[in-house]
Amino acid sequence: MTDFQIEHLTVRYGTGSRAHLAVDDVSLRVPPGRTLGLVGESGSGKSSVAAAAVGLVRPAGGAIRLDGVDVSARGAAARAARRRIQLVFQDPFSALDPRMPVGTSIAEATRATGRRFTRAEKAERVAELLRRVHIDPSRAGELPGAFSGGQRQRITIARALAGEPAVLIADEITSALDVSVQGVILNLLRELQADLGLTVLFISHNLAVVRYVSHELCVMRNGRVVEAGETEAVLERPADPYTRELLAAVPVLGERLDLGAPA
Amino acid sequence: MAISLGIVVVATFAIIHLVPGDPVRAVLGPSAPAELVARTRAELGLDQPLPVQFWNYVAGLFQGDLGTSLQTHRPVADTLAQRAPATLVLAGVSFLVAAIGALPIGLATAISVRSGRRRVLDLIASAIVGLLIVVPNFLLAVGLVWLFAVEWRLLPVAGWGQPAQLVLPVLALAIGPMAYLARIVHVELLVVLDATYLTTARSKRLPGRLIYLRHALPNMLTSALTIGGLMLTGMVAGTVLIETIFAIPGLGTTIVSSITAKDYPMIQGVVLVYAGMVLVLNLVVDLVLMTIDPRSSLAEG
Amino acid sequence: MATRTRRSRILTPAGITTAVGLAIVVGLAIVGPIIWGAQAEATSVADRLQGPSALHPFGTDELGRDVLARVLAGTRTSVLLALGATAIAVALGVVLGLLPTVLPRVLRRALTGLIDILLAFPWLLLALFFSAIWGASATGAMLAVGFAGIPAFARLNYTLASSIMGRDYVRAARIVGVGPIGVLARHVVPNAAGPLLVNATVHASGALLSFAGLSFLGLGVQSPEYDWGRLLREGIARIYVNPMAAIGPGIAIVATGLFLTLASDVFATTPRRGALIRTGLRGLRPALRTGAGRAASAPHLVTTDEADAVSVARGLRIAFPGAEGGSVERVHGVELEIAPGEVVGIVGESGSGKSITAMALAGLIEPPGAVAAAELRFRGVDLLGPLSAASKRRLGLELAMVFQDPLTSLNPALTIGRQLTEAVEVHEGVSRAEARERAVRALASVGIPDPERRLGQYPHEFSGGMRQRAMIAMGLMGSPRLIVADEPTTALDVTVQRQVLQNLRRAQTLTHTAILFISHDIALVAGFSDRILVMKDGLVVEQLAADRLLVDAQHPYTKALIACVPDMASDRTQPLPVIGDLDTARRAS
Repeated sequence: MTDFQIEHLTVRYGTGSRAHLAVDDVSLRVPPGRTLGLVGESGSGKSSVAAAAVGLVRPAGGAIRLDGVDVSARGAAARAARRRIQLVFQDPFSALDPRMPVGTSIAEATRATGRRFTRAEKAERVAELLRRVHIDPSRAGELPGAFSGGQRQRITIARALAGEPAVLIADEITSALDVSVQGVILNLLRELQADLGLTVLFISHNLAVVRYVSHELCVMRNGRVVEAGETEAVLERPADPYTRELLAAVPVLGERLDLGAPA
Repeated sequence: MAISLGIVVVATFAIIHLVPGDPVRAVLGPSAPAELVARTRAELGLDQPLPVQFWNYVAGLFQGDLGTSLQTHRPVADTLAQRAPATLVLAGVSFLVAAIGALPIGLATAISVRSGRRRVLDLIASAIVGLLIVVPNFLLAVGLVWLFAVEWRLLPVAGWGQPAQLVLPVLALAIGPMAYLARIVHVELLVVLDATYLTTARSKRLPGRLIYLRHALPNMLTSALTIGGLMLTGMVAGTVLIETIFAIPGLGTTIVSSITAKDYPMIQGVVLVYAGMVLVLNLVVDLVLMTIDPRSSLAEG
Repeated sequence: MATRTRRSRILTPAGITTAVGLAIVVGLAIVGPIIWGAQAEATSVADRLQGPSALHPFGTDELGRDVLARVLAGTRTSVLLALGATAIAVALGVVLGLLPTVLPRVLRRALTGLIDILLAFPWLLLALFFSAIWGASATGAMLAVGFAGIPAFARLNYTLASSIMGRDYVRAARIVGVGPIGVLARHVVPNAAGPLLVNATVHASGALLSFAGLSFLGLGVQSPEYDWGRLLREGIARIYVNPMAAIGPGIAIVATGLFLTLASDVFATTPRRGALIRTGLRGLRPALRTGAGRAASAPHLVTTDEADAVSVARGLRIAFPGAEGGSVERVHGVELEIAPGEVVGIVGESGSGKSITAMALAGLIEPPGAVAAAELRFRGVDLLGPLSAASKRRLGLELAMVFQDPLTSLNPALTIGRQLTEAVEVHEGVSRAEARERAVRALASVGIPDPERRLGQYPHEFSGGMRQRAMIAMGLMGSPRLIVADEPTTALDVTVQRQVLQNLRRAQTLTHTAILFISHDIALVAGFSDRILVMKDGLVVEQLAADRLLVDAQHPYTKALIACVPDMASDRTQPLPVIGDLDTARRAS
């Protein structure tokens, strides 16, 4: 079983007087084969956690452990472990190389498995992955421009799966999409999670979306975790005032917004 | 700035050492007597070790000593002081003409494009502007000389000292950059006019003069000034060609003749002065930009 | 949009001109010296220094050689030297431009810093510097022009490469384990190739002109060799006697330079795949506002009493120019009426036409956008015709806007105070002091602390939420009757969203203004408005009272919107309902 844990993670940007602590001593554990929702507003540091986990930024302190190996360390073991964590980006328009056929993009990601694929094996794997995300495999030779936003996001999910990840990190994957497309992506993610037993870190600012896909919930603010626990429990009995504030701000369909007294 | 200055000094010092082969032989020719070669070498200080040479060069700079010309045997600094004013006048006047001309042209064409009227006229105007940007100033100069001096005999072909002799060189130097700046103003203004804050301003139904002058103009000044700065340094360099065509006794004619004659101390001197002018202009533009942009001035203090 | 359309229209003739022009230049470079070489070298003392004639269209030089033949035969030298210089600049520029992207930080900074310093110097100075080293010769000048071009080309490539390196697809490749060289080869180079070709062509044009300049100064090609610059130098010495000897080579230089510039333009405008559906509103020309079926003599300002609608639109159609010319109708006949003090919400996805509908209601669609309607009024002001001074005053004081992006909706160059006070100063003629006092009250009423100090600040000193509140305060300066709020909280965090909505609602209770509230979030729109319009593909598909949304929704699209968005009560054990074919709907629009 996959054991994905973040221990006392600190991420700092810039140096000297301009240094900014984006993530401040964050510890969390994604339950194996389940989804942890990481919710927070802009500047809460939730995306920096994701960037550190896949090696896009080097943490200033702490450890990110996948089955005991610290992926943020140097060396071959850490690098191999790091590739078992894959990321799906927010903007499906910038996440695919406009000059590269989508099939090639997916095939490129099979490198992360560490195994060598023959040309035929690659093609077969690409077709299989495209089917998984409900895209016609015969379209593998087309450029990203030929696909809609929702389709592109499904292709980037297929690319992330091509690395046969143990952990999938989804960073605001529906924020750039129309609400009608959002449901398709969320359904797909839940389906893949159940079928493949993926361990998923789901990052979003949208509490309702996080609630829908996550088994457990973690609320971040200003680089720190303010509350964590089972999704139902946290949302029914929020302990932290900030969590309560977030909950109050979510509009409920069919109810007049409770705006309280103006500040 | 300090780094740039350092690089310039090292680079000008290096000119003579980067010349392939023996620079002294190159100056005097292969048949020069060995004794003359040795004397010239000593005169240039080339017989000393490199660090000593560099030290002497830098020390000389601080005292305003740029060496002695191999051609005229006069101090380089004197020649430069004598030649620089013509170049400065030419570049300065041209810049003013270009800047003053470009703004109204750019504004007028942008506003008329945006209002969607007079499409054919716009197309013609932008074609002319495009052509003027492409034509290099020395060709423009040839054309101007031919028209105004040869065909119509309105203005003198060349020379320096009388106001009439300034007209053609200034036009030749200013028209290209003016067209370019007008294009920049045009494009920038169109971008600014599309910005949401201009929709905000329009939603207040302000009179056109306030929309353009108060809301649009300040937002395109930064890019126009940045380009203006580049334009000005480009003009300093452009004087080299223009001076040659119009036989103006400035720095440009000096550097061309000294390169042809391999007068290395003179070359070093002129390059240093040109580079210094460029650096000073850049500094001035940066300072001006800092004072007009609310963001940068606040960030600095 | 307008300039792009125009360019694609002249693309075809420009493309043909360029191809033909370049073919001529290349042809001359190949056959020129073979055909005219002998004639160009043939001296004839009897024919020296002749003016233009049928036999010698450009005249002859001091050795009696035909200048036209020399110009034609000189093509090869001129073009080859320019190409040589371009090759040097491009090759080294690409290396120096791409190298920093794979270097460690310290080296990268040093290299880009050096390039930036060199960039401050105009090419001619750099070329003269290198000329001084390599001496006055053809190769010396080629090296000089080539080296002088390196910084500019390196800078372009570096900017290009780093922008590509910042894209998510490059990050994705790094995550799967593609190394720096692999990223460069697989992602950066293919994506940079197009712009690179354009830059190289621009550069070739520059190199040609620069080289001609050096030769003209006598620092390039030396006698008895000749190129266009050299011929020009010889020609201008005799411009009184024979102007064509100077004009001829000049024309050759300009024409070739122009063809290269045109070529770069053609490369730069590769055809785009048009994803817009063209409905084509015939008879509706851009920049023309028409009032179909409306009495021509209708007065511009109708007196209204409070019971009349604040805003009325009948048969509202809006069109914009399409990607390939022609116009594309984006709103197809919207009917809308907003009563005084009413809060009307419009919900729709991207491309539904909700934002441009709002802009049309505010009379802010600019040419080349075109608005047509049977009726379009704000408080009696006819927005289809030209506006009188009184109408402008009414619109300026009674209509306010709040846009989606608080970063761009306030003018960065003006203080908040100036932007708040100007409308009442212009339209009500109040004194600066009184306007300022009003602005202080307006800022205070939207909950901005220390309003007096804040008035003197610039927008960049405000946070996103505060800017949106400043926009609301701007609307409160006059006597607002309608506030158009277009996705006013989409760019904000949910907790800030709450504060901005509080301010909007408070503004409404204070002034009894109507609000047109636009969002893609149906729960938010329903929670804030009295009445909702659901828009899809430029049409209002359903209109209903906000509190009856769950009960009264009839249209399948409305029902789908309600069902497919997860909320705090969604059943987590079931998949979300999905709007069948919506995923394939256009994102491009």
